[in-house]
Amino acid sequence: MNLFDIIFYFFAFITLASAGIVVFSRNIIYAAFSLLFTFFGVAGIYVLLNADFIAVAQLLIYVGGILVLLLFGVMLTNKVVSVDIKTGTLQTLPASLLAAMTAGSICGVFYATDWKIVQSVPDVSTTTHRLGEMFLTTYLLPFEVASLILLVALIGAAMIARRGKTIF
Amino acid sequence: MQVTLTHYLILSAVLFSLGLYGVVTRKNAIMVLMGIELILNAANINFIAFSRYGGMRLDGQAIAVFVIILAAAEAAVALAIVLNIYQRFKTVNVDEINKLKE
Repeated sequence: MNLFDIIFYFFAFITLASAGIVVFSRNIIYAAFSLLFTFFGVAGIYVLLNADFIAVAQLLIYVGGILVLLLFGVMLTNKVVSVDIKTGTLQTLPASLLAAMTAGSICGVFYATDWKIVQSVPDVSTTTHRLGEMFLTTYLLPFEVASLILLVALIGAAMIARRGKTIF
Repeated sequence: MQVTLTHYLILSAVLFSLGLYGVVTRKNAIMVLMGIELILNAANINFIAFSRYGGMRLDGQAIAVFVIILAAAEAAVALAIVLNIYQRFKTVNVDEINKLKE
């Protein structure tokens, strides 16, 4: 068990433990803040997988954008000062059965498959340069469509969420 | 035990199942969104793990960037809808919102 494995298990433990808090905690604020640690753990996993650009993008977009957005949603839709911050659950028994069966079957498939692994990593100091080239050559059309979708979605979200005037 | 592809895949499978459990059981719509974020992260771990152990051809990482972009768009639109629902119904519990029109 070398240092790489220890770091992997460390990040995997952070990810899964805080994801468990997200899912099982009754307090929605606790859940939102432990989602922060889940995103950090996943970013660490990305670094271990030689994906430096994705790890930084994960931190910037998920932690800096989506998580703040979710926290704003929590603050705007719950009575934070009162006791109404707790959130209930329903159908826990069938849901836990479903989740356990899903995890079991996916893990079984992963174990049973004989993956063709390329163990040796070719020379990768950074991935940003190659990713940028790919976005402007191979993935040019999806990249432009994604940027358009992001623009439309953000303008639409601002339109829908305007105060005082409900569209629906 | 040497960490290989299977470890990352198992990690993402467990993360996916936790997210699925959160989506199914939570009443609060924002908690459902958090479950969806967990599921998207699990899918991303798979993409990047296959990209790494398939010889660093970086296609998986490019797809992961698109997943992150779509997650951002989805979170913005979904939260706008949730805010609108809160203004109309004064609740965000998905089991109490059962009217299409008042």
